[in-house]
Amino acid sequence: MDVLDLSRWQFGITTVYHFLFVPLTIGLSMIVAGLQTAWYRTRKPEYLRLTRFWGKLFLINFAMGVVTGIVQEFQFGMNWSDYSRFVGDVFGAPLAMEGLMAFFLESTFLGLWIFGWDRLSPRLHLATIWLAAIGTNISAYFILAANSWMQHPVGYRVNNGRAELTDIWAVLTNSTTLVTFPHVIFGAFLTAAAFVLGVSAWFLLRERDVALFRTSARLALAVSLVSAIGVSLSGHWQAQIMTEQQPMKMAAAEALWEDESSAGFSLFAIGDVENGRNHVNLQIPYGLSLLSTNSLDGKVAGINDIQARYQALYGPGDYRPVVGLAYWSFRLMIGFGALSALLALAGLWLTRRGRLPAGRWAYRLAIAGIGLPFLANSLGWIFTEMGRQPWTVFGLMRTAAAVSPGADVVSVAITLTGFTLVYAVLAVIEVRLLVKFIRIGPYEQVEPEAAAPALSY
Amino acid sequence: MELTTVWFVLIAVLWTGYFVLEGFDFGVGILLPLLGGDEAERRTIAATIGPVWDGNEVWLLVAGGATFAAFPEWYATLFSGFYLPLFLILLALIARGVALEYRNKSDSTRGWDRAFFWGSLGPALLWGVAFANMVRGVPLDADHEFTGSLLTLLNPFALLGGAATVLLFTLHGAIFLTLRTTGELRRGAARIARTLAPITLLVVITFLVAAGGAGRPLRWAAVALAAAGLVGALVATLRGRDGWAFTASAVAVVAVVAALFTGLWPNVLPALDPANSLTVTNAASTPYTLTVMTWVAAIFTPLVLAYQAWTYWVFRRRLTGAH
Ligand code: HDD
Ligand code: HEM
Ligand code: HEM
Repeated sequence: MDVLDLSRWQFGITTVYHFLFVPLTIGLSMIVAGLQTAWYRTRKPEYLRLTRFWGKLFLINFAMGVVTGIVQEFQFGMNWSDYSRFVGDVFGAPLAMEGLMAFFLESTFLGLWIFGWDRLSPRLHLATIWLAAIGTNISAYFILAANSWMQHPVGYRVNNGRAELTDIWAVLTNSTTLVTFPHVIFGAFLTAAAFVLGVSAWFLLRERDVALFRTSARLALAVSLVSAIGVSLSGHWQAQIMTEQQPMKMAAAEALWEDESSAGFSLFAIGDVENGRNHVNLQIPYGLSLLSTNSLDGKVAGINDIQARYQALYGPGDYRPVVGLAYWSFRLMIGFGALSALLALAGLWLTRRGRLPAGRWAYRLAIAGIGLPFLANSLGWIFTEMGRQPWTVFGLMRTAAAVSPGADVVSVAITLTGFTLVYAVLAVIEVRLLVKFIRIGPYEQVEPEAAAPALSY
Repeated sequence: MELTTVWFVLIAVLWTGYFVLEGFDFGVGILLPLLGGDEAERRTIAATIGPVWDGNEVWLLVAGGATFAAFPEWYATLFSGFYLPLFLILLALIARGVALEYRNKSDSTRGWDRAFFWGSLGPALLWGVAFANMVRGVPLDADHEFTGSLLTLLNPFALLGGAATVLLFTLHGAIFLTLRTTGELRRGAARIARTLAPITLLVVITFLVAAGGAGRPLRWAAVALAAAGLVGALVATLRGRDGWAFTASAVAVVAVVAALFTGLWPNVLPALDPANSLTVTNAASTPYTLTVMTWVAAIFTPLVLAYQAWTYWVFRRRLTGAH
């Protein structure tokens, strides 16, 4: 492996890892803020217990999001210095804005929330969790604007061998950002809801705090369903924009080799990349044309045709991403999301009008279901990023030209191994902590603790 | 003022904020094994920075982001050139962050306290090493790529810089603990501060003088202010005026960063061959980007300063060791 491969593995591993914590943080921060608002309004002690219980799990997760995020901030310079030189004028702006507008907000007010139970008035204290939650969403917006620029560069010109910003507003309102943001946020809510549901099911299975966790479970089921609908609708819009902006990615996602009108949506294919065709392809007729153009006979471009056009446009080279990976990551993202939605539907039915299912399997399924949105999220990113290859910035800069020219194999191998090992250890620690605090369960006491223990919250 | 100058100053301000605030966090971590006799004391020590450490660390993230936006060449060369030291800093920051958040949630705190200590000592040392190399100059080629190795960065002058920052942050942390605790802890921290102050003064001023910086009055004023701050910190500690001691040591940190950055200007990263140096002009973004970012900074920096200051006000009470 050379520096390029190692750097790609490093970026992929650290970023996918970072994004295991991010969606849970985004979704859970809002759920905790909502629960605390319910307590503030009604003063019912169960809402306070829920706020503190989910709040604790939220904090355990948040810490991991923060420490893995620090690595992200510096990686562009470390491993992708030529990329940073080329895009810094455009790409640095949303990144700096994210720090100034979002990271300060979330970290400062979260500190106030954790330690401020007995120092702030209930109203002010409630405001701190909302500000932190809003911070996580602002952060997501800016980082997605930066990423969308790589998918679909706008508001720039190329001058002096680098991309220069000409219109910041165009970058911040990139059509790609506007569809990606709701998709990622709905995905985050689905993730948090599946987590809350699974943990609640664990308690219900053991008949601990049944009333409390029935409330949690119902809340989670409702959030799941709404987010599943949201994620599908926004995903559909994304697919349409992508067909227009990155036709190769769509074609690879569908293993569609030749241009086709009335294209079907592929369910299962075995491809022959070498010869640019499929051995087997099971399809829903008209599905793809409908999904990506809103009409039954819309024309969708195929891989072989796009490849020929790109060679004419960008010069000789292979402009195809890894087709199998794009195909399966796209399918599985949708598939795991759909499973999660089915689970939510079934759950709503089973718990209608205060019922609780008698069999144990329903609870076990809900617990296993925690994993589904995490898989869908990771696969979504793998699809988005790998489907863009060989470009780092679509149409402007190839990945091979982005890597740090000065980096040597040994150094990158050291950091790749180092981060991977440390992250693996941290994963074990964090899961153990989560399990430990789930086992302990919600505290009995209903009033915020007195001065001293608040410091060790 | 040129926008490139504005951004040079702003980035200096961000690093200053980072070192003043996270400086005492590092100091607190370094002093933990020394001062924390039992678990109750160690918990109190960690709690003095509990609510604020994450907000303090964001100063670093924003300094990084602002460098990326305003001086992309600087960001690219610095972080790819200082690759392995930066890797160690990142590992340390990870260990320290997780330790601070998880120590109170775990049954055993021994491992976390060790991570907290090393995760504080490492960056305190390495940031000094990095900044010393930045002011001294590094081997760069015509494409602004770093051509040295790890050993290039570990020269005696850089190690002196590392020693200077370790001492400075430890002193700053000791004085912060004096201000934020009571009883035995406070007395212990004050004793350490008194012992450390003279050595710190010596090492820090030696480092700043050795850094050279051809006869710029502004730079020498900063060096003088650093010395005055350290002396002031010692005197105020001896008199038991904790608030003044902390103010003085904060002034000393500000002055040290100011001395480094005024010594740098108009370079942002000098090369051993001056023709290849990165300067505020050849490393900068376009005027349009700088203008946009200036507006953003002008609106949001005061806001951030206001709510962070308010946080310190909310948590101004001293923590008692016993609970
Ligand atoms: C869609 C959302 C999203 C995406 C794609 C990313 N992040 Fe992230 N990041 C967040 C959403 C987020 C967050 C929700 O704001 C986090 C997660 C947990 C947390 O504490 O804040 C966070 C934390 C976080 C932190 C620590 C902030 C702090 O100390 O409070 C940094 C420096 C970054 N991220 C940087 C990055 C970079 C450079 C990314 C690109 C490669 C990236 N993140 C992808
Ligand atoms: C705004 C946020 C992001 C930016 C700016 C960004 C940027 C980049 C860059 C510069 C690369 C390296 C070049 C390359 O190999 O293509 C890359 C690769 C990659 N990114 Fe992203 N990325 C972002 C978010 C994410 C997220 C959140 C994930 C997943 C959780 C992700 C997954 C990947 C993967 C898997 C690769 C490796 C692709 C490969 O091996 O070629 N990215 N991305
Ligand atoms: C009907 C269901 C879905 C459809 C049609 C869909 C569609 C898409 C499309 C087209 C993209 C690529 C966008 C691009 O590269 O430009 C994408 C990316 C992504 N998807 Fe989905 N998706 C669906 C379900 C889900 C679910 C359930 C999740 C997670 C819970 C999810 C998480 C993501 C993520 C994290 C990305 C990468 C970020 C982005 O580009 O937005 N998706 N999705």
